Amino acid sequence: MAEFVAHGFVRFDGLVPAELNAAFVAEYDRGELSDGFGYGDHRKPEELRGGQPFANFWRDSDGLGRVLRLPQVQGAIRSLAGADPIYDHHALHVVQGGHREGQVWHADNMIDPRRVVFDIQLFYFPHDTPREMGGTLLLPGSQYRHIHISDMGRVRNFRGQLPIVCEAGTVLIAHHGIWHCAQPNLTSERRIMFKVRLNSSGSQQAHWNMDDVEDVESYYAILSHNHAWYGNEHRLELLHRLRAWRYLTGDGDFDLDYYLGRIQTRANQADPAFAE
Amino acid sequence: MSTRERRKTELRQRLLFLYTFDADPSTGVCAWAELDGTGRTEHETGDDPEPPYPSVLAALRDGWRVIQVPVYIPPYPGTEHDTGMLRFEFVLEKLEQV
Repeated sequence: MAEFVAHGFVRFDGLVPAELNAAFVAEYDRGELSDGFGYGDHRKPEELRGGQPFANFWRDSDGLGRVLRLPQVQGAIRSLAGADPIYDHHALHVVQGGHREGQVWHADNMIDPRRVVFDIQLFYFPHDTPREMGGTLLLPGSQYRHIHISDMGRVRNFRGQLPIVCEAGTVLIAHHGIWHCAQPNLTSERRIMFKVRLNSSGSQQAHWNMDDVEDVESYYAILSHNHAWYGNEHRLELLHRLRAWRYLTGDGDFDLDYYLGRIQTRANQADPAFAE
Repeated sequence: MSTRERRKTELRQRLLFLYTFDADPSTGVCAWAELDGTGRTEHETGDDPEPPYPSVLAALRDGWRVIQVPVYIPPYPGTEHDTGMLRFEFVLEKLEQV
């Protein structure tokens, strides 16, 4: 959880077994999974529209449905989004080999600037995805920055950017605000990636394994990590992380090195600029 | 057309965007992008994990000209903790013959 709060994602390499990866691809090849975005709610049955329980979706699916219902996947979703998450939308990205254009950097939180509570975006890679195949490029630690879609669209590279290079069956779950972009597929093979966005239907507090939350030393370095592209704004990002950690743990007094505490003293509360 | 005019028409602009640690042009580079009007190179997101120069100053010493420096805009009251786009964007150019 500290990694999610600090970096904006968690990843589970090779989580999905080969049999299910193959079932997913076969399901796609049979035409049972639509490409692209799941937009057009007005054409769908009501129970399969945005805002409906995630449990309604892909119930009869032999491939994707079984992937999403894996206990480990369900557990990760519950840890981050809480019980009974809500379906927002999904996208099945299929990029043919030789597609030499990537996306510009962008974020999906234009209309949703929340930081402490969050939606999750689950990425599933059903086959080996080497660098040249162009798996999603992420910018760790960017999730608390509010921008409009591709405000940073003229940037090409950041220090510490992370291309997703992974084995088949990898699942990655990201904060809805993380900056990212698709990459060119320089191979001759198609690249498939499934993504679904989920909202929380209630509290996101304490749905995860908190056995070691009292052992601050075990996650101090993670929570306080300074991403190289932050420039001189690391302290601001640390404030965002501390607020998120306080919410997720239910510990309203949690602090690292007195960062939040120093602006929450009684004297500071008299100044509207420091009111929390 | 004069020789001077002919030469001008053969020049193309390359732009280099360097995003720095702070407003100091000699400080480190956090993000970068190049736009090549000569057509000799194409650039995509994620195409280079290392910046072309360690600083704006290093780029100047390699012949790039700064055409824009970051303008400091103080945070609006109540937004002092907000983060968003990188704030220190230097724009540099080179003019090259094609």
